Amino acid sequence: MTIEIKNLNIYFNEKTKLQAVNNLSFNVKKGEIMGLVGESGCGKSLTSLAIMRLLRKNASFSGDINFLGENLLNLSAKEMTSLRGREISMIFQEPLTALNPLHRVGKQIAETLKIHTSLSKKERKEKTLELMNEVNLKDLEDTYKKFPHELSGGQRQRIVIAIAIACEPQLIIADEPTTALDVSTQTQIIDLLKKLNNKKDHSLLFISHDLDLVGDLCHRIAIMYAGHIVEIIEKLKDAKHPYTKCLLDAIPSPLHKGKDLYSIPGRVPTLSERKSGCPFAPRCPMAKEKCHEILPELLEKKDGHLVRCLYIYR
Amino acid sequence: MNIKVKDHNLIIGGVILMFLLFIMGVSFFYLPHSVTEINTKLKLSPPNFSYLLGTDNFGRDILSRLMKGSQTAFLVGIISVGIGSSMGVLLGAISGYFGGKIDEFIMRITDAMMAFPGILFALMFISVFGVGIENTMIAIGIMSIPTFARITRSGFLREKELEYIKAARVRGASNFRIIYHHILPNVLSPIIVAATMSFSNAILAEAALSYLGLGVQAPNPSWGRMLSESQMYFMIAPWYTLAPGIMISLTVLSLNMLGDFLREHQKR
Repeated sequence: MTIEIKNLNIYFNEKTKLQAVNNLSFNVKKGEIMGLVGESGCGKSLTSLAIMRLLRKNASFSGDINFLGENLLNLSAKEMTSLRGREISMIFQEPLTALNPLHRVGKQIAETLKIHTSLSKKERKEKTLELMNEVNLKDLEDTYKKFPHELSGGQRQRIVIAIAIACEPQLIIADEPTTALDVSTQTQIIDLLKKLNNKKDHSLLFISHDLDLVGDLCHRIAIMYAGHIVEIIEKLKDAKHPYTKCLLDAIPSPLHKGKDLYSIPGRVPTLSERKSGCPFAPRCPMAKEKCHEILPELLEKKDGHLVRCLYIYR
Repeated sequence: MNIKVKDHNLIIGGVILMFLLFIMGVSFFYLPHSVTEINTKLKLSPPNFSYLLGTDNFGRDILSRLMKGSQTAFLVGIISVGIGSSMGVLLGAISGYFGGKIDEFIMRITDAMMAFPGILFALMFISVFGVGIENTMIAIGIMSIPTFARITRSGFLREKELEYIKAARVRGASNFRIIYHHILPNVLSPIIVAATMSFSNAILAEAALSYLGLGVQAPNPSWGRMLSESQMYFMIAPWYTLAPGIMISLTVLSLNMLGDFLREHQKR
C-alpha cells in the first residue's frame, strides 16, 4: 500500500464550514494506477492538493493520509517540503503554465535533482538527459537548452513528466495531464505514463473527467460526485451506481447513432446547496424517498467493488 | 523585445548616455586642467581654445570640473539606486510573497515614507548624520526604497498565484528558492524600468542637495554645487551656469528616455 486516505474531510470558510470533500477514503497500492473521476467541482483536485498539503490557508481538513507509514497531515511544513518531489510528485494539466517561462527546460528538470540529491552539476545534467530520453524526447542536448515556449505541447508535457519522475517517487499524482493536449498527443502521453508505470513501479493517481481514458489506463477507478466517492470499481462495465451508469450513457457511441445524446438532468449542487441524504438523489433516475434522507455507506459489493447506493445492496 | 530602428527614445537617450559615459570614462585618465588649482588671473574667462568652456570665479577650468563632476553624479546614481533597489526588492518580495500581517506592516511603513517629502527626509538625514557625499547617497537610496518595494510586491502578488510556482513547490523547492530563483527573474523588468528612472532622480537629488551645500563638499566638483556657485555670476559669465545645468538636464533626459523605452518594451 503506497497511500491510504481515510475519512478525509475538507472544509472552506471557518464559520459556515462548507464541506467540499466528505469522508473520502481510498487507497492506492504499490505500482497501481488509480483513476479518480468526477465532474468539475466534485473535489478531485482538492484531494490531490490535500495529499500534497498545498491547500490554501482558508481550507481546513481532517482525517488521515497515510503515506509510507506516516500521516501526511501531521508532518511539519519542512518535512513536507522534503517529501515533495522526492517521494510524491505531480503532473499538471497545462504544461505551459507549469514550467517557468524564464528557465531552460533542462535546468528545470535538473532543479528537482539539485533540491533532493547530492549529485554534482555534471551528474545532474547526465541524469537529466537520461530522464529526457526516458520520456521519449529527441535531440536531447538541443532540447535541454530550450525555453518552454520553444517546445510543442506534447514536448512540454514530457518535460513535466520528466520532472515528476526525476527522483523516482513512490507516488505520482497526474491532475488531468492530457486535457490541454490534442487527441493524438494525448494517446502518446498515456502510453508513456503506462510504460513508465510498468518500468518504475510507482503508484499513479490519475485524475480526469475522461471516462474512456481512465477506463483504458487505470487498474482501479474511484468515481466522485459532490465531494463523495460513490463507487470504486476495476472495470467500468461492472458499474452499478446510478451516477456511474449515467456517466457511461452520456458518452457518445456509434450504437446510439441517430438518437439524442443522453445527459444527466439538473446540475451539480454548489457547496452551499448540498443537503443530507444521497448527494446524487436529486438527479438520480432511480431515487426513492429514502434516498433524500439517508446518506448510504460506501460498501463492498464484491471483491474490491465498492458502491454507495441504498438500492444496490438488495 | 521587438526594437524598432526608429525608436527615438532609445536612439536619442542612448546616444546622449553613451556620450556622458564616454566623458566620465575619459575623466578617469585625462583632464584638460587641474580640477582644484586656483588661478585668479584667469577668473571668469569666457570659452577659448585653452579653456573650452571657460573658467569659474577661481579661474578653474569648467570643462575639467564638469568631467570630474560626472564621476560624482554616476557614483551617487549607482550607489543610491543600489541601496534603494536591494532593500526595496527584498522588502517587496517578502511582503508580496508571504502576505498577511508582515505585508500589512511593511506596506504601512512604505506608505508613511511615501507621504514624507523625499528632499525633506534627505535634509533631516544629513543634518542628523552629517554633511558629505556618503550620507547623501544613503539618504537618496532610502528615499527610493518605497517605489521599489511596491513594484516588487505587485509583481510577486501576481506571479505567486501562477501554476509554475505551485509546480516548483510540488518539486520540493523552499520558499527562498521560489522567491529568488523562480519569481524574481519574472518580475525583474518593471524593476529595471524603475531603476532607470530612480537613477535620474538620484542624480537630480544629489544636484539639489549639493546646490544647498549639503552634498559634495568644496573643492570637489559636483554639478549641483557648480550651479549654486555660478548663479552669482550669471549676468557676467552665463557659460559658467549653463554648463552644469545642461549636463544635469542631459543626464536626466537621457535616462528618462531610456526608462520610457524600457517601459514601453517590457514584457507586460
